[in-house]
Amino acid sequence: MIKITKRAELPKKQEALINSIAIFFSIVCAGLVILILGYNPVKVFQQIIVGALGTEMRIQQTIVKAIPLLITSLGIAIAFKMKFWNIGGEGQIIMGAFGASLVALNIPPTVPSVLTLLAMAGSAIIFGGLWAFIPAFFKAKMGTNETIFTLMMNYIAIKWVTYLQYGPWKDPASQGFPKIANFKANAILPSLFGVHIGWIIAVVLVVLVYIFMNHTKKGFEIAVVGESLETARYAGMNINSVIITAMLVSGGLCGLAGMIQASAIERTLTHALSGGYGFTAIITTWLGRLSPPLIMFVCFAFAVLIQGGAYLQIAMSVPAAVADMIQGIILFFVLGSEFFLLYKIGFDRKSVKKEVA
Amino acid sequence: MKKLLALLLVLALVASSLAGCGGAEDTGDTPSGDAELTVGFIYIGPKTDGGFSEAQDRGRQAMVEYFDGRVKTLEMENVPEEKQAVESAAINMIDQGAKVIIGTSFGYMDTLEALAEQYKDVIFLHFSGNKMNDTNFGNYFGAMEEPRYLAGMVAGMMTKTNKIGYVAAFPYTELLIGINAFTLGARSVNPEAEVLVVYTNAWVDAANEKAAAEALLAQGCDVLEQHCDTTGPQIAAEAAGAYAIGYNMDSREAAPGAFLTAPIWHHEAFYIETIQKILDGTWKPESYYGTMADGYVGLAEMSDLVPDDVKEAVKEVEAKILAGEFPIFVGPIKDNQGNIVVPEGTTLDRAGIWSMDYLVEGAIGTSM
Repeated sequence: MIKITKRAELPKKQEALINSIAIFFSIVCAGLVILILGYNPVKVFQQIIVGALGTEMRIQQTIVKAIPLLITSLGIAIAFKMKFWNIGGEGQIIMGAFGASLVALNIPPTVPSVLTLLAMAGSAIIFGGLWAFIPAFFKAKMGTNETIFTLMMNYIAIKWVTYLQYGPWKDPASQGFPKIANFKANAILPSLFGVHIGWIIAVVLVVLVYIFMNHTKKGFEIAVVGESLETARYAGMNINSVIITAMLVSGGLCGLAGMIQASAIERTLTHALSGGYGFTAIITTWLGRLSPPLIMFVCFAFAVLIQGGAYLQIAMSVPAAVADMIQGIILFFVLGSEFFLLYKIGFDRKSVKKEVA
Repeated sequence: MKKLLALLLVLALVASSLAGCGGAEDTGDTPSGDAELTVGFIYIGPKTDGGFSEAQDRGRQAMVEYFDGRVKTLEMENVPEEKQAVESAAINMIDQGAKVIIGTSFGYMDTLEALAEQYKDVIFLHFSGNKMNDTNFGNYFGAMEEPRYLAGMVAGMMTKTNKIGYVAAFPYTELLIGINAFTLGARSVNPEAEVLVVYTNAWVDAANEKAAAEALLAQGCDVLEQHCDTTGPQIAAEAAGAYAIGYNMDSREAAPGAFLTAPIWHHEAFYIETIQKILDGTWKPESYYGTMADGYVGLAEMSDLVPDDVKEAVKEVEAKILAGEFPIFVGPIKDNQGNIVVPEGTTLDRAGIWSMDYLVEGAIGTSM
């Protein structure tokens, strides 16, 4: 009989080893699939790296993809630190973009760009935060399950913007095609070094979130609530207020990511603007161990995969599905390795402490 | 930190395994040596969708064959009408040497316009769009109303219930033109015929297209036509024992028991002509509008399910269209609210056709 038991904390060295083995196997396994499909796996992997980092233009494309992923991940990390499972990044991005568009589509084009962008960012943070506040409020007051609640909020947000895009906000100049009007020039983020300044915002946020989580009272309280509600209560913390503040910050950051995507990338609001970043960010946050610098690294690695996959499709005529599959296989192994970090598999012996499965 | 180190180590491992073979093989990194011109194609669906994107890709293949090594193409499938996706596809293609970018979906328009501004040495061609500039951005489309009218005639003569179903993507001008031409064709041979229109709100959505078709069949439609990208409606029609008219390309293998004909694109007609001009250095931005006479649009060969007398009647009108003697939108035409939209004695020109915002009498559905 095989026994699966919960592990005590693993030494860091062993943890790193398990992770490395997982990534190694994911590469071998993805390579086999690529081989079966008739491509040279070594060349495919090489092309992913070359395609993401090979030229200045490609590095810019990689960074463009890393920005929304990173900002959303930072937002999610704050919620996860509190063990509040915010699966609602996607909806918070969309509502943030909606908040930004509310300003961008109604502000006169004569208003200076700086003011417009600040107003858009403010509105995005409020709407993103509000979208996270709703499940936080119900969790604090009624103990609802935040995982389901935040997940469902995603669909409401997407359908809300879909409704606007196909209905009241449809651009009358588009001859019936469901599209919202483009933003004016004053609502578009400027670029620096060939990439919109979202990258500066992202890097600054990494520092700010790091300080917030490690060196402020609120950040400490969030961590304590995450570790043990009892301890937090015993220490006299106002748990409801901590939950709600943390979620306002978490949703606000996701909302800001939405504003950046709407302003710098789409230059309008669309129902598919979040592009799955809200879900991918859950994975990058988790793999980044909720630590802002590590999250930055993981997000960049994921952006390499996304951009490299796009490059691969064009350069080697690899079908879109293959690039997705490679990403899927890597995720499968890396997430699968989490299991071995938490549990130990052994053969039936008496010393087994606690049976799990 | 250890984790970071581990990831770095793995990346180093990957990099070293790559370095091992880097020297010998062509990395695909440099734009292909032999071809004079690299052209990038951006598709909204898979190249094998049995409809819209496949028709585009057949045009691309025929063009590549025609130029026999002088032209190399890059393709990207499943690119949604989102700026981030279109921009990423186009920039990656330009990075890989593309000097011409062809975007094949309407919703790519604003992105291509902005890219044309940014990359002045790249030519951008946009299918179905209405924007262009004076230097490097043109658009192309065809008089699809001509074969649509003929397809409508086939449907009008084949229906027994006098109810024809029409699965359409969006209530956008391009589609309204198609629905109207089709309805006029159907009612020219069968004044009792009605065309029931359902929108799916997506260009490519096989499951939803099929579901919309099933809803129309349940309402008594016995012939289906479509303006969406997959063969879903044709497959639904075959399952229900009804007839189907396809769109985009000859897709008779998808539903041989239902397929009557299809209004189709011959994209190679435009691609060969235009790429030739670009190679010769004589290309100027234009708004191309290919007709049946130009060989850009046409009606697929009618299947054996269509009786000979129907074929003859359709071919008679087809010959007139080819001879330029048969404009499609000739007044008086009423919309489905009873208002005269094209007065007697008026024939709509291209601009008139492309400002349609109504459905004609006999078409049941909304135009917004």
